[in-house]
Amino acid sequence: MSEEAVKPVVIRMYAAREEIYPREAKGRYARLRWLCVWLTQIVFYGLPWLNWNGRQAVLFDLGARKFYIFGMVLWPQDFIYLAALLIICAYLLFLVTAVAGRVWCGFACPQTVYTEIFMWIERRIEGARSARIRLDRQPWGPQKFARKTAKHLAWGGVALITGFTFVGYFAPMRTLLAQIGAFALGPWEWFWIGFYAFATYGNAGWMREQVCKYMCPYARFQSAMFDKDTLIVTYDVERGEPRGALARTDSKADSKTGEKKGDCIDCNVCVQVCPTGIDIRKGLQYECIGCAACVDGCNTVMDKIGKPHGLIRYATDNAMMQHWSVAQIKRRMLRPRVMIYTALLALIVVAFATALALRTPLKLDVIRDRGSMGREVGDGLIENVYRLQIMNTAETGHTFRITVHGIEGVRLATAEQATLDGASTRAVPVRVQVERSAAGRGSNQIVFELTAVDDPSLHVQEKAVFIVPK
Amino acid sequence: MADFTSGFWDLYVAIITLLGIVACGVLLYSQSKVKAKPGSDGTTGHVWDEDLTELNTPLPRWWMWLFYITIVFALAYLVLYPGLGSYAGKLGWKSSGAYQEELSRAKADYEPLFARYAGQSIETVAADPQARAIGERLFLTYCAQCHGSDARGNKGYPDLTDNDWLHGGDPSVIKQTILKGRNGMMPPMGAALGSDADIENVAHYVKSLSGLTADPIKTAFGKSKFSACIACHSADGHGNQALGAPNLTDKVWLYGGSAETIMETIRKGRTNTMPSFEEFLGEPKVHVLAAYVWGLSNDTKSVAKK
Repeated sequence: MSEEAVKPVVIRMYAAREEIYPREAKGRYARLRWLCVWLTQIVFYGLPWLNWNGRQAVLFDLGARKFYIFGMVLWPQDFIYLAALLIICAYLLFLVTAVAGRVWCGFACPQTVYTEIFMWIERRIEGARSARIRLDRQPWGPQKFARKTAKHLAWGGVALITGFTFVGYFAPMRTLLAQIGAFALGPWEWFWIGFYAFATYGNAGWMREQVCKYMCPYARFQSAMFDKDTLIVTYDVERGEPRGALARTDSKADSKTGEKKGDCIDCNVCVQVCPTGIDIRKGLQYECIGCAACVDGCNTVMDKIGKPHGLIRYATDNAMMQHWSVAQIKRRMLRPRVMIYTALLALIVVAFATALALRTPLKLDVIRDRGSMGREVGDGLIENVYRLQIMNTAETGHTFRITVHGIEGVRLATAEQATLDGASTRAVPVRVQVERSAAGRGSNQIVFELTAVDDPSLHVQEKAVFIVPK
Repeated sequence: MADFTSGFWDLYVAIITLLGIVACGVLLYSQSKVKAKPGSDGTTGHVWDEDLTELNTPLPRWWMWLFYITIVFALAYLVLYPGLGSYAGKLGWKSSGAYQEELSRAKADYEPLFARYAGQSIETVAADPQARAIGERLFLTYCAQCHGSDARGNKGYPDLTDNDWLHGGDPSVIKQTILKGRNGMMPPMGAALGSDADIENVAHYVKSLSGLTADPIKTAFGKSKFSACIACHSADGHGNQALGAPNLTDKVWLYGGSAETIMETIRKGRTNTMPSFEEFLGEPKVHVLAAYVWGLSNDTKSVAKK
C-alpha cells in the first residue's frame, strides 16, 4: 500500500460540454458538402409543393392510411415495401461505410446538413471563429445581445420553415399554408410544426456534434464495418512528423538542430475546423464523422507553405502503412466484403423494383361466412356464402367482374360485378353454388378472380374453401 | 373496482413502485462520481486483468439531467395518472372514460349523417344509394354473424330476403324488431297432442299445407289433431304475425321442413331470441339498418319514383 502514494480523487462521470467553435474550411470537400446540402434541401423543401394528377405528389396521409408517392398510392397492406426500402438503406450504408467510412455522416446526414446551414448563419451574424470566441467571452452588452438575438431569430426562422415543410409531407401543403395564414391550424399541426422546428433548432444550433457522439446509434455501429481497407480521413504521420513551427528557411533549421522536420507545421488548423473538436493527427477516433474539413484546412495551409496536398487525406490503413498508390487503393476496394454487400444490395434493389413495378393496385380478401357450413338450396345445389373484401388502391374507380372457378359447374348466384370508387374498400357478399355431385364432401378449394372490366390487366385472384356438408 | 380483494396488494405495488424510482435516483447520484486514483494518462485509475484500464471520457452533463428528468416525470405521472396501487390520480383518467370520450366524439362526427336520414321515411332511405351502402356495412358488422353476409339466414336464423316475415315486413315493424328484439316461443306440444303417432300425423299434415309430399292417411289423421295449433297458426295454417307464429304454408322453414324436424319442433317446442339493438346502436343507425333490410326484399326503385 505504501508504494501507492497517489491519493484517490473524485472523478466525475459527467462533465459540462466544451463549446466548439469550428473554423470555416474551404476546399474540395466543403464544396462537395454544400452540393449535398443544396441537393437534399431542394428535394426536402421542394417536394411537398410538387403536384401530380391534381394532388400533392408526395403525401403521407396517416389519417386515411394512404401514402401517395407520385403515381402510386400505398396502403398499410404495402408495408412490406417500406421494410424493403429500409433494408436497402441499411445495405447501402453497409456498403458505403465499408468502402469509404462515414461519408454519409460527413456529407449527407440531416444532422450535418442542418448544422452546416446553421453554422453558415452563425458566421454571417457573429463572424469567424475568433470573433465568435471573443463574442462569447465578452460580457453581455447591447452589441452582443443584438447579435445573439439576430442569430437565434434566424435559426428559429429556418427551423420553423423546416418544421412547416416536414408537416407538409403529412398534411396537404397548400391547405396547410392557407390555414396558417388564417390561423386556423389544428392543435396537432401546431404541435408537430413546433416539435420539428424545435428539434431542428436544438440539434443543429445547440447539440451539434453531441448528437453524433452521444446519441446516434449509426455512428456507433458504423465503426464495426470498418476494416483496414476502408477509406478514412488520415494524417500521414511519416510525412508530417516531427511536427514543428515553420522556420524562416528550411536549410537553417536543419543545420541548427541537425534533424529533418516533417511537413506538419503544427498550425492547429485541422483541429480548429473540426466540427467534433478532435485532433485527427492522433489517428482515427470514434468522434470523426469523416467530413474531411481537416483535409480542406490542411490543404489550404500546404498551399501557403508551398508543400503538396494530402498531409491529411482520405486513405486506408493499409495504404498508409504500405505506401500504396491511389490505383492500389482502388483495387483493394473490390474485396470480397464489398462484393458481397454489392451483390446483396443489387439483388434486393432488383427484387424491390420488380415487385413495385408488378404491383397490382387491387387487393382481395375472401372471408367465408362462419355462421353456416354450407346450405342446401333447391335442385340439389349446395351454397356457401363469402364476403369479398375488395380494395381498389388505384386512384381511378373501376367495375370489377367477379368470377369463381375450381369446382366443375361452380357459379356465382349473386351479382357478377362490383363497382368501386378510386382508393376505396368495399365488402361484397357473394353466394357460390355447386352441384352436390360435383364436389366431394368436406372442404373443396375454389378460387375467386377479380378483373377490371375496362382493364383486363388489372386482376387478382384469391383462394377460398367451399364446404359441402356431410 | 379494485383488482385485489385485499388492500395489502395496493400498498405493496405502490411501495415497490416508489422504491424503484427512489433507487434509480440513488443509483444515478452514487454513480455520477467515483473515488479512484487517476492515472497520469487520462484513465480512471482502475486496472483490470493486469493491464486493462479505462479512459475517463465523461458524458455531457445534460445527459445526466435527462435521467433526473425521467424521475421527475415518473413522479409527476404517478400524481396525475393511476399507477400507484389503487390511487386514481389527480386527473381522474380512466380507460373506460377515454373510451366513452372517443365514442361521443364518433357520435358527434356521424350524428349529422344519420340525422339526415332519420327525418326521411324508411322507404325513401332504402332508395338512397349512400344509405344503402351504410346500411350494408352496418349489416355486415352487426347482423351478418347470425343472418349471414347475404342476409339469407341459417338454421334458426330467418332469411331476410324472402319476403316471408315472422313478425311482419312493414318498414316500421322491421325497425321495431331491430330496436326491441324479439322472443320467438313455440311451446312443446308433445303432451297436448298425445302419442308419437299423433305427432307424426300432425307433422305430415303440416307438410301438406306447404304442398310437400306427405302420407295422405297420416295427413288426414293429423288434420283433426291440428286444432291444437290453430290458436297461434290459425285454422288455415297461415300463422299470426302479431304472435310471431310462422306461416306454415309457404315452404319457408326456419328449422327445416323434413317430417323428423317438424316432429321435433312439435314435440319439444322452439325458443329463439333476436336481441335488442336499441341501446347498442341507437335509433338513428337502426333506422338506416331497417331501410337496408326492408330493401332486401322490396323494390326500392318504385319508391324512388314516387
